[in-house]
Amino acid sequence: MNWVAENAGLILALAVQHLRLSLLPIVLGFAIALPLGYLAHRYRPTRGVLLTALGLLYTIPSLALFVALPVVTGISVLSEANVVTALTIYAVAIQARSVADALDSVDPDVRQAATALGYSGWRRFWAVEFPLAGPVMLAGLRVVAVSTIALVTVGILVGVKSLGYLFTNGFQRRILEEVLSGVVMTMLLALLVDLVLALLGRAVMPWTRIGTPAPRRAAP
Amino acid sequence: MSVFLEALAWLFSPERLGAGGIPQRIGEHLWFTLIAFALASAIAVPLGYLVGHTGRGREVAVAVAGAARALPSFGLILLLVMLVGVLQIGAAVTAALVILAIPSILAGAYAGIEAIDRRTIDAARAVGMTEWQVLTRVEIPLGLPLLLSGMRNGVLQIVATATLAGYVGLGGLGDDILQGIALRNYPQTLGGALLVVALALVLDGVFAVLERVAVPHGVRKRGGALPRSSSASRTPAASAAN
Repeated sequence: MNWVAENAGLILALAVQHLRLSLLPIVLGFAIALPLGYLAHRYRPTRGVLLTALGLLYTIPSLALFVALPVVTGISVLSEANVVTALTIYAVAIQARSVADALDSVDPDVRQAATALGYSGWRRFWAVEFPLAGPVMLAGLRVVAVSTIALVTVGILVGVKSLGYLFTNGFQRRILEEVLSGVVMTMLLALLVDLVLALLGRAVMPWTRIGTPAPRRAAP
Repeated sequence: MSVFLEALAWLFSPERLGAGGIPQRIGEHLWFTLIAFALASAIAVPLGYLVGHTGRGREVAVAVAGAARALPSFGLILLLVMLVGVLQIGAAVTAALVILAIPSILAGAYAGIEAIDRRTIDAARAVGMTEWQVLTRVEIPLGLPLLLSGMRNGVLQIVATATLAGYVGLGGLGDDILQGIALRNYPQTLGGALLVVALALVLDGVFAVLERVAVPHGVRKRGGALPRSSSASRTPAASAAN
């Protein structure tokens, strides 16, 4: 445990860098997946094509995507932007399906009721469908967040520093504590972000709190 | 695009056929994938059936699957290699691959049984089947498509992680990728990456076909798949996050 105490500064700096590298793909992935998921949900024929294509992207092993992506994008293999792009692709692949499923899960009667009350398509989506699809979308977002944070570490193989630096550096120098602290810190970071997302979901979507009965209106 | 052609030239040059060449690398990669998949299935399938059949230990299985998602696979490989010792690299990497594949297969096994209409299982008991017959004649056949979908995720996880095993000198296709990065030989790196992608897509395709074939005749008629399979197939992913 000496190693950890002596290198707390390094570990912390790498954790911050790790978080920075993973938040961008998580946020970008959601922003891109939202319209794609909507398309897949709204227009049946696009669903099969779109989700299958994204599914195939997801089967590409991370190291292979990191090194093959520059051929398409022209970004340097060794740059942070390359890793962020690759992780965003994975995030979109998972999240688009989750958004489509989430929108599918909204009760059609509710949708019709909203239309009957005079909501326009755009307003109905943001005021009715989006919030009601929230819980399922959040479940997808949490999966994306956790797997992105774990995947960032592979970036060290193409020279992008994160907590993965502790893996290669510790392995080369035969310091078991260093590799172990990298694994533990990555998992802690993932659990922390997962927890934050869960709490955020509870705060933004109070109706998902099971067990706390909704306040009843006073009987007349 | 010229880089792409150079990668193809690297792939198809005659030097790639000898020792340390592409056939050997693919063989190594597939060998590790196969061993790890067999071991992971031998552990995860019976456990998953136990959880699915009895309904006990579901929370534990879900929690394990969730925690495994956060596990950085590259770190796990290096950690196990250091713990077991450099002389047993093969065993250490296999152990890492098995650990990483178990959650997906486990989730597929129990989700497959869980997704079956309870009335079907009750009916099986009502006609006098023993618990063993309920499991082997009703639950396993009906749960097969979802089990295969879990195995599909598990295999892809193994193939992806086995690529990282090149870093500890175990060969496989990751070896070419990492060597290419170290030598600044981008065509080699890209060539290796293309092979890994092809391997993953082929295995994914094989399992996609198996999943279709595995749907029992009795439930295939309407729409071609299990009536509830679309909602059930996302259960492992969605519930693992809870």
